[in-house]
Amino acid sequence: MSAPTRTPLPPTEPPTDAPGRPRRTRERPIGTARPHLAAYLVLGLGLVVVMSPFVWMALASVKSEGEIRRVPPTWWPEAPTLENFRDLFERLDFPQFFTNSTLVAAAVTLGNLVFCSMLGYVLAKSDFAGKQLLFRVVLGTLMIPGMVTLVPLFVLVANMGLVNTYGGLILPFLAAPFGVFLMRQFFLGIPDELIDAARVDGASEARIFVQIVVPLAKPALATLAILTFLGSWNNFLWPLVVATTEDKYTLPVALALYSTGQNQTDYGLLLAGAVVVVVPVLIVFLLLQRYFVQGIAMTGIK
Amino acid sequence: MTAQPALRPGAPAPGRGTPDQPRRIRTRPPLYRRRTRAAWGFALPFVLLFVTFTAGPVLMSLAMAVTDIRSRDLRNPFAVEFVGLENFVAVAQDPMFRKAAANTAYFVLVGVPLTLAVSLAVAVVLNAGITRLKTFFRVGYYMPVVTSIVAVAVVWRFLLHPDQGLLNEVLGWFGIEGPNWLASTTWAMPAMIAMATWRSIGTLIIIFLAGLQGVPTSLHEAAALDGANAWQRFRFITLPTMRPTLLFGAVITGIGYVQFFEEPFVMTQGGPLNSTLSVAFHTYNQFGFGNYGYAAAMSYVLFLAVVVLTLIQFRLLGERDTVRRRRWWHRRPAAVASKEIGR
Repeated sequence: MSAPTRTPLPPTEPPTDAPGRPRRTRERPIGTARPHLAAYLVLGLGLVVVMSPFVWMALASVKSEGEIRRVPPTWWPEAPTLENFRDLFERLDFPQFFTNSTLVAAAVTLGNLVFCSMLGYVLAKSDFAGKQLLFRVVLGTLMIPGMVTLVPLFVLVANMGLVNTYGGLILPFLAAPFGVFLMRQFFLGIPDELIDAARVDGASEARIFVQIVVPLAKPALATLAILTFLGSWNNFLWPLVVATTEDKYTLPVALALYSTGQNQTDYGLLLAGAVVVVVPVLIVFLLLQRYFVQGIAMTGIK
Repeated sequence: MTAQPALRPGAPAPGRGTPDQPRRIRTRPPLYRRRTRAAWGFALPFVLLFVTFTAGPVLMSLAMAVTDIRSRDLRNPFAVEFVGLENFVAVAQDPMFRKAAANTAYFVLVGVPLTLAVSLAVAVVLNAGITRLKTFFRVGYYMPVVTSIVAVAVVWRFLLHPDQGLLNEVLGWFGIEGPNWLASTTWAMPAMIAMATWRSIGTLIIIFLAGLQGVPTSLHEAAALDGANAWQRFRFITLPTMRPTLLFGAVITGIGYVQFFEEPFVMTQGGPLNSTLSVAFHTYNQFGFGNYGYAAAMSYVLFLAVVVLTLIQFRLLGERDTVRRRRWWHRRPAAVASKEIGR
């Protein structure tokens, strides 16, 4: 409601069918209600429910094994101890798993940034034979369940001799349709004139891409990088199938095998492991959260 | 392999002009051909990887689905025989598959509406009810989405522990004696659904928040002046204008939930007594047993379910246009929301 129409309204004008409720002067448009205490309360309560597993995980990871098993459970650790973490690093080669996870995620991210942005660029900004078909085929595979490709992919990787290698962990994820879709959506928003101007000036397609398009796409590339890195970091089914010895395990694989094996009752150890897997991700997420929102808003897909 | 004919740079575009009427001489300058070559140059690295690691395996899986291939046949490919649709018939007659399909349907039919309702409620309150701390709440609700399922499983197995778990402790405050969640054929599935909801609302909240931006304030103002209360405004303004966004949310959630696999894999291994066995998990097990042909057929059944869900989406979203013409309040917001979800 604009300022001029606000003045003639008397502050306590009675609403038509809610006689008991006095109207106040409008400080904001109707419909966007006043910030209610009740709203904060509801959201806060919901947040407590959503966050409690994290809080509980963190608190329990510094409890002793005996306290974790106590009935009824304690909330706050009585005697905080880092014993579980020390055990974890003594018994399992966590630095190795951490390195593997980082290495694989970094390589997958780099590949997706390069390949998806190249394809996304021509799909958005170039008119060429086969474009529609290519776009549809790539996009269509977004729908295909992972189960469909699991075994043929494994057979393929095995035939290439890549089982239990970094190549086997990385190669199948280097070119993901999601990245193409995201980059294309972004490039559609870049004005054609910019690219045409460079063409008129005689720049080659490669040069236009590297010197004009990529610098403009930094926000989208950042979004893609973070989403891809995280997806790879948390991915566990494929690494579980392909990594067969400890020196190639990623963090989730190590934790999954450890938590389903004969150690599944070492609660303290497992919780400490969960903390080690989750906390770096949460820190990165909290620092860069706006890119996640952008990624979802841009494509509507996680 | 559908993408391959188009792979060669400068390959003729299908469907333009007739063979005896060379199309480019008339409309396409040599520039077009040059641009096609350049474009395929850009696309080539992706396409090579994509064909090798995605398109190839998809087709290979389809080929497996119509044969009797088992794991031991990999060394002796000539022993494999074409069996047509026999695998699919066997899938339909498999009691385990039926059990898994029923479980998956339960999970989807309860989980999707629940996830949508919770996300929408949070998004609406976030959008209209508060002015400060919006980012704080949004980030908080999104945190489970970025968390590794393996770590989630470790923590949730604890939360759901009958004696030492937090959930039953909290229920105890209200005098309720909680069940042994993961060991109960009745309660294991609700526990899975709760976990999936917890992991999924973050994404939907952000999508719905974007959609809510498209609900015009003027409509709310007009309705409020006419005496509509908050519920009526939600029911008759927010909900209809949010329809495309809601449908989109329903479909991406549905596609994810139909493939329901990780939760039982890390939490229950499909038990107790197969009460959390999903179609995807059953497929995975059959692959593990070496029944490649059979499992591939089942994975295509899963694919079919996803396709059906997507077709439903297109139909419902397609209806939007006719609805838009019929009902005036659809005009603006529908356009905004469809831009929001990127189509």
